[in-house]
Amino acid sequence: MIRLEGISRTFEVGGEPVHALVDVTEQIAAGEHIAIMGPSGSGKSTLLHIIGCLDRPDGGTYELMGRDVGGLDEAALSLVRRHTIGFVFQFFHLVPRLTALENVELPMLFAGIEPPERRERAMGRLRAVGLEPRASHRPDQLSGGERQRVALARATVLDPKVVLADEPTGNLDTASGRQVLGLLEEMNASGLTLIVVTHDPAVARRARRVVVLMDGRVVSRVEGSRIHEALEALTGGGNGR
Amino acid sequence: MSPRDLVGFAARALRGHRLRTGLSLLGVAIGVAAVVTLTALGEGARRYVVSQFSQIGTNLLIVVPGKTETTGGMPGMGGVPNDLTLADAEAIRRGIPEIDKAAPIAMGTETVANGERRRQVALIGATHEMLEVRRLSLARGRFLPELEWDRGSPVSVLGTKTARELFPGEDPLGRVVRIGDWRMRVIGILGPRGQQLGVDMDDVVIVPVANALRMLNRSSLFRVLLQVRAHADLVQARDKVVRLITERHGEEDVTAITQDAVLSAFSSILGALTMALAGIAAISLAVAGIGIMNVMLVSVSERTREVGLLKAVGAGRGQILLAFLAEAILISSAGGLLGLLLGWVAIRVLVAVYPDLPASPPVWAVLAALALSVAVGALFGVLPARRATRLDPVAALAGR
Repeated sequence: MIRLEGISRTFEVGGEPVHALVDVTEQIAAGEHIAIMGPSGSGKSTLLHIIGCLDRPDGGTYELMGRDVGGLDEAALSLVRRHTIGFVFQFFHLVPRLTALENVELPMLFAGIEPPERRERAMGRLRAVGLEPRASHRPDQLSGGERQRVALARATVLDPKVVLADEPTGNLDTASGRQVLGLLEEMNASGLTLIVVTHDPAVARRARRVVVLMDGRVVSRVEGSRIHEALEALTGGGNGR
Repeated sequence: MSPRDLVGFAARALRGHRLRTGLSLLGVAIGVAAVVTLTALGEGARRYVVSQFSQIGTNLLIVVPGKTETTGGMPGMGGVPNDLTLADAEAIRRGIPEIDKAAPIAMGTETVANGERRRQVALIGATHEMLEVRRLSLARGRFLPELEWDRGSPVSVLGTKTARELFPGEDPLGRVVRIGDWRMRVIGILGPRGQQLGVDMDDVVIVPVANALRMLNRSSLFRVLLQVRAHADLVQARDKVVRLITERHGEEDVTAITQDAVLSAFSSILGALTMALAGIAAISLAVAGIGIMNVMLVSVSERTREVGLLKAVGAGRGQILLAFLAEAILISSAGGLLGLLLGWVAIRVLVAVYPDLPASPPVWAVLAALALSVAVGALFGVLPARRATRLDPVAALAGR
């Protein structure tokens, strides 16, 4: 599904090169549930952006569904984002002037889907995240958890293959966070590849595989039952921040 | 993304900032209203002049004594031109077949009196032909009788105002007025006409041209109006007239102007004036465009995160460009429509205040103003829209 080989990304900050990613090689199969962990500045968000085709690597090759994405132009990349990838952000990124329903419709608007179908599909997604009664509310009339569920509905409305979630629970209370994670896992169970960036061990623990980044390098990969103990060792039993 | 969705999305964004949108819209509206109103004024002036001329009559040739061209001759050496006499007018009428009717005109100022009621008015010496050539109408009585031009007759025709002032509450027909030392019987009263090319045709007294020349103690006519049979013969007739008079006087000392020439000269001057007014008004549209650009730049920087999100959900650069461009064009074209409305109101007010002025904007100006307002939005919206499309999605999502 996703094949990263020797990916590196360097930023210029104040004239100094900062190596956000150094020689990252990773394979992710379809339907996996992966958590990317690491402290702030470890490059985990950059990795997510590259996987999501919002950013381009400076070196290495990135194949998405058997296609080399590195050579694609801007227009082709926007099509990949539209049809293959769904984003969920820490700060929801809902458009404040639009209702919940219209926010979910947004990707379909740019995909040129006709209004009746748009409405129906968006309504279906809102129903799936339990927000059908809130369809006509604007984001400022919704709670944090509800906003993230709207964002979730939006991310999946065009049936992507991969959902990329950047600290999806970072701005939520525990109960709402658990609800959002539950929904994400439900989608994963139905075949969607799920990649979650987090520094919260409680979130990472739920993944089937954890990739730990430090200073732009993959420092460890843990799977299955060993995740728990590895995380304990990594974070010293506490929260990363 | 369908055009309808595009406009809907843009309109939705604009509705979030009513005041800001309204103000920049007003800027365009004022620009368009200025274009429409000012061109309506210019066009009104042009039409006014054209209608004034065509009231006098078409196929008209005007012969005036003197040469208007300034070629040759030392100042003072050319001398006073020869008189343009009744005999000259007679010769033109008889000698040039293209001429249908000739109306010799003498003009001066005289005091007209009915007993102790006196009035200083324009005295016009004319012949029977003037009625038709100048398209005059009679309110009452009849016009000057058909006479030999050099024979006088003690009759006069009064303008409506002259008649009213000299004979308040009385019937002037058949009464006698004194013009200078002359006593003339009133045989007719002109229909109301108003100002016409500088002469108030309501405040005149018309007498036979032979009498007028004697009253004014002159031998030269003021001008001769010639009605040409066919419009196509106008230029040919003009040349023949000049040749004939040159032959009679021994030098070219008259000027013959076609009605068309005067008309088109005025028309083109006023047309140019209208264009100039439109140009000045268009500048205000450009200023309004800068206002739109400003508002859109603010909008783009406020909505940086939204642009990042749009990119993340798969909106292409072209789509983002169009979405922001649509906002700018929406502001400017709505402003254009409002401007047309404002302009229409302004013109109605103008027409109400000056009923004589046929002020209405030329169609080209209305269309140009609308097209220009749309173009202004597109032109000044490009820069902000491009700024939006060029945002790096990762930085934009972070609000940077």
